[in-house]
Amino acid sequence: MDYENSDREDRTILPTALKILIAGGFGVGKTTLVAAVSETQPLRTEEVLSERGVGVDDLTGVEAKSTTTVAMDFGRITFGEDLVLYLFGTPGQDRFWFLWDELALGALGAVVLADTRRLADCFPSIDYFESQGLPFIVAVNCFDGARQYSLEEVQMALNLDPDVPVMLCDARKRESSKDVLITLLQHVMKGRGLTRKPETVGS
Amino acid sequence: MTRPDAEPLWVDDEAGPVVRPYAMTRGRARPRNGFNVISLVTAARATPPLDVGLVPEHARIIELCQRPLALAEVAAHLHLPLGTVRVLLDDLVARQLVYVSEPRPPATLPDDSVFEALIHGLREL
Repeated sequence: MDYENSDREDRTILPTALKILIAGGFGVGKTTLVAAVSETQPLRTEEVLSERGVGVDDLTGVEAKSTTTVAMDFGRITFGEDLVLYLFGTPGQDRFWFLWDELALGALGAVVLADTRRLADCFPSIDYFESQGLPFIVAVNCFDGARQYSLEEVQMALNLDPDVPVMLCDARKRESSKDVLITLLQHVMKGRGLTRKPETVGS
Repeated sequence: MTRPDAEPLWVDDEAGPVVRPYAMTRGRARPRNGFNVISLVTAARATPPLDVGLVPEHARIIELCQRPLALAEVAAHLHLPLGTVRVLLDDLVARQLVYVSEPRPPATLPDDSVFEALIHGLREL
């Protein structure tokens, strides 16, 4: 493919890139929520990890080591020319903490999607974000036929700090998923200025 | 295009999912950079140079990044693992063929204007 014009003037308008993590247990609707608000179908990116879990693989001794490919789905929302928001679904396997660290680095905050039929599935996400000092909210995805619990019951069952917003959502619906992101952003804004733990990377 | 789902069928020890990326990066497994998944990659020129040191994937990155794309987007479009794309970016950055802009840490945002713009933008969607 040939381009005649070799000027690169357009690189002066580099947008501000931001990201939000969408976490929660397997099958809770992370990719569904990403798809509901993103401007395109969610994209998939992968990282190849060694079973030692020491981050990026080293070629040394590669024959003896098994590797695992971890997939992450993400979406993009562009706001005008100067703002891009990326939504990253966290890998379902909670043992890949290295990847969580990589995703969480520089994130604005996180949405923990919960299914009241399998509430314990979101414990690892909540523990992780609490330990990292990353602001998060809990959004209870309302599955058809699932027994409805009150938000207070969910808050108590998850042993959440009372400041952490808990809300209902329908991850399939664009409006509902937008509300989730807005609630998170408002929560993050409210917490700004408060001292945050320094970023700690590593398992 | 890699098909990770199919790869466990490869039973030979040396034919694991890492072979193709390693070949592409000439055995370098560990990138020198720690670019964020949302670091924006922008090509510094419109066409890939004729450079014997480049593989087709380098050229693809230059073609893709005519407008800024996040590292994760580059990896997704190339169907390559993030680590492999980081190694390829090392080469391109060293040759000044792409610029990589790291995201601003949210804690350093001077005020709430970005948050307000995001909330406003989401409401308008």
